[in-house]
Amino acid sequence: MLDAESLSVTLGRKPILKGVDLQATPGTLTCIVGPNGSGKTTLLRALTGEVASTGRLSLDGQDLRALRPEALALRRAVLPQSVPLAFPFTVLEIVRLGLTGVPGADARSLPAQALHRVGLGGYEGRLFQELSGGEQQRVHLARVLLQVWQPVVHGVPRWLFLDEPVAALDIGHQLQVMRIARDFAEAGGGVIAVMHDLNLTAMVADQVWLMTAGRIAARGRPAEVFTDAILAAAYGCAIRVSTPPSDGTPFILPQAAA
Amino acid sequence: MVALTPPALSGDRAPRAQKVTLALLALLLAVGVVSLAVGAAGVSPWAVLQDWLAGEAIGLRERVILLDIRLPRLATGALVGASLAVAGAVMQGLFRNPLADPGIVGVSAGASLGAAMVIVLGGLLPAAVLASVGSHLLPLGAFLGGWSVTMLLYRISTRAGRTSVATMLLAGIALTALAMAVMGLLIFIANDAQLRDLTFWNMGSLAGSSWTRLAAAAPVMVAGLMAAPFLARALNALALGEATALHLGIRVERAKRLAILAVAALTGAAVAVSGGIGFVGIVVPHLLRLAMGPDHRFLLPAAGLLGAALLIGADMVARTIAAPAELPIGIVTALAGGPFFLWILLRKRGLVDL
Repeated sequence: MLDAESLSVTLGRKPILKGVDLQATPGTLTCIVGPNGSGKTTLLRALTGEVASTGRLSLDGQDLRALRPEALALRRAVLPQSVPLAFPFTVLEIVRLGLTGVPGADARSLPAQALHRVGLGGYEGRLFQELSGGEQQRVHLARVLLQVWQPVVHGVPRWLFLDEPVAALDIGHQLQVMRIARDFAEAGGGVIAVMHDLNLTAMVADQVWLMTAGRIAARGRPAEVFTDAILAAAYGCAIRVSTPPSDGTPFILPQAAA
Repeated sequence: MVALTPPALSGDRAPRAQKVTLALLALLLAVGVVSLAVGAAGVSPWAVLQDWLAGEAIGLRERVILLDIRLPRLATGALVGASLAVAGAVMQGLFRNPLADPGIVGVSAGASLGAAMVIVLGGLLPAAVLASVGSHLLPLGAFLGGWSVTMLLYRISTRAGRTSVATMLLAGIALTALAMAVMGLLIFIANDAQLRDLTFWNMGSLAGSSWTRLAAAAPVMVAGLMAAPFLARALNALALGEATALHLGIRVERAKRLAILAVAALTGAAVAVSGGIGFVGIVVPHLLRLAMGPDHRFLLPAAGLLGAALLIGADMVARTIAAPAELPIGIVTALAGGPFFLWILLRKRGLVDL
């Protein structure tokens, strides 16, 4: 259980997160959505321990801020929006950096499996800097998956934090990546993902946190949060939500200003 | 055509790195042996060794030249070369920039200023102090200068426990300019003899090497060289940025502090014994990244070996090319390293393809 109470973050003098209460259970996929500058990424960074925050913050019953970086790295992995790279590493060398908690016997075979999982089997020897943006993002996903390869270890769930994991991807790979995230959740792990695409979110999320101005303005199942009124208020534009009778997944379409 | 080595299909460059490291070890041994045999005095270690094995007494001259002149010089060259190369590699990893070097962030400038102060102002110290510190004064000044710049740099660029690499680079440029300005003042007030000392020290030389001089700085260099491999994993993770390194379980702030300390120790001590020897710290790690990839677990030990071999080789050139006179070694490394550095920059911009 990821559990936060009056979580606040101030960068410089500007309050970015203003007392957020939230809960996420392992085995589910939570999507953070909201307009630009609403604090989605900052919330994710606070939850991973990357930025200093105030308020209560615990991961499966333990105070998250009391965990050392090396202990935290065994419990959760983080895929940032963009990752700089200083030197010409190969794909395998990048992915292997995720081998933090993997026993030596598995360390040889798992990187290849992780790459295969993201559809980059056989890319081990390529130079990372020569890959396309979408391929680079999936290499980092493989590294992050490797870090929490088993979603549950000795009864303790592990967590995946993804910041716009499909931003650089084509539609087929978007679905592939969200499938991987769903599989991780269905195997007992917890997933928190910052998303821009509301329709993709509606397809995969168990729970949605809609943020505006540093607060969670609405939360619940996609069908509960994605209504004309709530979305229009959050994004400041006319939005029409329809629900095709076939599967009950809300379909969100912005309306051009009249 | 020098291209990036095509990585093995498996992407695993560890076997290649191990082969390169073994080759560098052999190179270092070979260069070391040759360096012992070459010198203005024309003493051959082989002849001495044969005499010794034949049970003959070794002449005083041979003994002094081999054991008290060439051997300490060889050891100093090896340690200084290894220190400069490893300090460069650590700094580049810390700054995530292949062009970073202790010379750039002002550590070397600080050390040089410390030495210059000793040369020009040392005479003002009470005679008792001079007598007791003696020949250690110059290395001490250089070491303190380099160390205080590093500490200052760190304090300026660290706020609330976080070190800003960008601020550190900018502060380093400002501190270098400041050190150079004070150096200019010292040159302005120096007399002719001091001016000559200053100029030669600045160009760098291993000519003054002796066991006593080495003994003062060697422990610092050895400690820095031994600490560096412990930074390898952190530096690899830092290549993906500080946030990702933290996510991977690295204690980022601690690693950065240790890296800064190691760089200060290695650079300060190296400049203290040998003066300003440039470009080893940039050229060596760059060559090795081309040969075996950027993994710091292999890069740092290999940089030590290649740096040592390179400096011993450069010293051989310096003391034989104009024999019996000696060229300052800093001139040799700058003459070879300067064009190489330019080539790196041009190649990065795609202007040359060699």
